[in-house]
Amino acid sequence: MLQEESDLSLIIAQIVQKLKGSNLYAQLERQAWASLQRPEIKLESLKEDIKEFFKISGWEKKLQNAVYSELSVFPLPSHPAAPPEHLKEPLVYMRKAQGSWEKRILKSLNSMCTELSIPLARKRPVGEQKELLNKWNEMGTDEPDLSLFRPVYAPKDFLEVLINLRNPNYESGDSLSFRTHLGLIQVPLKVKDIPELKEFFVELGLTTGQLGIDDSTQVPPELFENEHVRIGQKVLTQQDSAAAQQYIRQGSPTALRAELWALILNISSHPEDILYYEQLKTNVIQHDLLVDSLIYKDVKLTASNDDYYFVFEDYLYQVLLCFSRDTSVLSHFAYNSASPPKSYIRGKLGLEEYAVFYPPNGVIPFHGFSMYVAPLCFLYHEPSKLYQIFREMYVRFFFRLHSISSHPSGIVSLCLLFETLLQTYLPQLFYHLREIGAQPLRISFKWMVRAFSGYLATDQLLLLWDRILGYNSLEILAVLAAAVFAFRAVNLMEVTSLAAAEAVLADLSTLKVSPGEGQIQLFAPDSVLVITF
Amino acid sequence: MSRVSVPCHVKGTVALQVGDVRTSQGRPGVLVIDVTFPSVAPFELQEIMFKNYYTAFLTIRVRQHTSTHTPAKWVTCLRDYCLMPDPHSEEGAQEYVSLFKHQMLCDMAQVLELRLILRQPSPLWLSFTVEELQIFQQGPKSPSMTFPKWLSHPVPCEQPTPLLEGLPDPSRVSSEVQQMWALTEMIRASHTSTRIGRFDVDGCYDLNLLSYT
Repeated sequence: MLQEESDLSLIIAQIVQKLKGSNLYAQLERQAWASLQRPEIKLESLKEDIKEFFKISGWEKKLQNAVYSELSVFPLPSHPAAPPEHLKEPLVYMRKAQGSWEKRILKSLNSMCTELSIPLARKRPVGEQKELLNKWNEMGTDEPDLSLFRPVYAPKDFLEVLINLRNPNYESGDSLSFRTHLGLIQVPLKVKDIPELKEFFVELGLTTGQLGIDDSTQVPPELFENEHVRIGQKVLTQQDSAAAQQYIRQGSPTALRAELWALILNISSHPEDILYYEQLKTNVIQHDLLVDSLIYKDVKLTASNDDYYFVFEDYLYQVLLCFSRDTSVLSHFAYNSASPPKSYIRGKLGLEEYAVFYPPNGVIPFHGFSMYVAPLCFLYHEPSKLYQIFREMYVRFFFRLHSISSHPSGIVSLCLLFETLLQTYLPQLFYHLREIGAQPLRISFKWMVRAFSGYLATDQLLLLWDRILGYNSLEILAVLAAAVFAFRAVNLMEVTSLAAAEAVLADLSTLKVSPGEGQIQLFAPDSVLVITF
Repeated sequence: MSRVSVPCHVKGTVALQVGDVRTSQGRPGVLVIDVTFPSVAPFELQEIMFKNYYTAFLTIRVRQHTSTHTPAKWVTCLRDYCLMPDPHSEEGAQEYVSLFKHQMLCDMAQVLELRLILRQPSPLWLSFTVEELQIFQQGPKSPSMTFPKWLSHPVPCEQPTPLLEGLPDPSRVSSEVQQMWALTEMIRASHTSTRIGRFDVDGCYDLNLLSYT
């Protein structure tokens, strides 16, 4: 008990320190000063009166939302003796694996620089700056020759690394034994089993109404929908992050989604946020980075070819280029197993005061990175708002999809959860696919790494991301991936090669998910868990 | 909390094994680590800290000095404390752990020697142990630095002694002190944590290659 209490004071101290530097803190202080003019504020009960004033004027709610947001993003303070890298990732072998993966990326980037003899970063000449500024809103019309650039890595390269991940202290005999994992992932992480999943995703059960489903409850769909929208509006009026997060577990009405997500992520459009975005834009104009070309290439290869997203090409450039210059992203490396690459200003190699991170946000984009932004373009049309939402989504969720860690939402755990689910509840299918050399993870990995962006139809994707936000977890991605296999199990049992299996699962955009057609039933016979997007 | 590390001697681990260690197929599931304090008089143990390495359960026995006439006795002060909720998977396997006096089954005064009994029922792990073992005793009280733990965390059973009559309600004192502590924490942390957002050095961000170190 003593432990818990001192933990609590540690958490409070940590949050207080975090919020002190924030804009909200300054605003609260200003409001408190201003409130002194009010007649109801009395000197003898100053503290209580100001508290009351904050409550009535809605500032208390803002503070609550900020605290709630801190709580959902930052891990709880760890043991005082634990070094900072322990907070990034507690398992030493995972940290090492992430380290050597990063080295590979660095080497690949460096060799690209050397081969093409281009620098990592340079200042743009004034003429070039003007030119870029003029075409800021139509960067997509530019067709630079990027044939020499290649994505630093693609999901399947990353999968190979995860397959080779081993715990050196783990008994892995040469022969197949009860210890051998039949799937590709060989590390013994703890993942939720079905009863635990059922409890965790309790609102996704058949008995709870879900938006986009009309045969799941006894209640007529129009009734449920109208009532759901009404509650959603109430949540928005209350401006309560926690309530919004709970609400969105049953899916968000399209009209309310943008506002609900912003509320959950605690993003509001203040003039200073717009200013910050403009500052990032200036940085893009001034400096030319090698990663810009990688971003260009990625957008051209992915979003520009997508029937849903190609219209957003220009938005994607703006957001991603600004993102790469945003040093505030660096703070997420405190709880990310990855570390930002380092470089030295030209001619100052080895001098610590000239050491910088590269790119400035520390994140090297890979093939498909822009798909994290693309779906958000449907919700936010104001670039600075779109930008903030994406950045928050990235530092809360997406970074976990391409770093090696033992976190339950980390990609390794998701892969293992997917394989375990499939193996436990569809053993025949799993065995069949394994026998024909079509390990299920080889097909589903790319879906999970991209959080299904570009695979599901947009409306369905947004309903999926509703749940990510609602449960503050990415585990739903693994569950859905397993559910897709279950859904196509009959066809998959008939295929005889990886290519054929891939063909069966090539097009998820028709995956039905809409009213009438029923839901994806995972483990259908006894309906252990029913996913009802 | 002021605490002082107690210099200790951690003996090598002894495995409990049926048959010959070198020839036997199975690995031991129980290890014993003895900790002695050769240069210290019997002391009151405050905290045991270590980094776990795949130990699932921990039992601790303590040898305490009783009186000059009777020989010191071994007492179990912690029994099968769970360090890995699921011994077959990674959770808790490499965590930092602190065990405090109040979590122990017996009084931790007059400690002469400790015996850590480590258990790992899962055959999946090649080895298990505890690392970075440190033992702490209560340090000299320095009121300017900290306040005693009983003030901030009154233990329920210690509260209603007649001696305390007429004194303020300890829970209130505690919460006020906690507030004060939070305030001082805030002042200490008054440097803002916001970044300026610059990534260049004196306006320059010309880079050629990434550094591997």
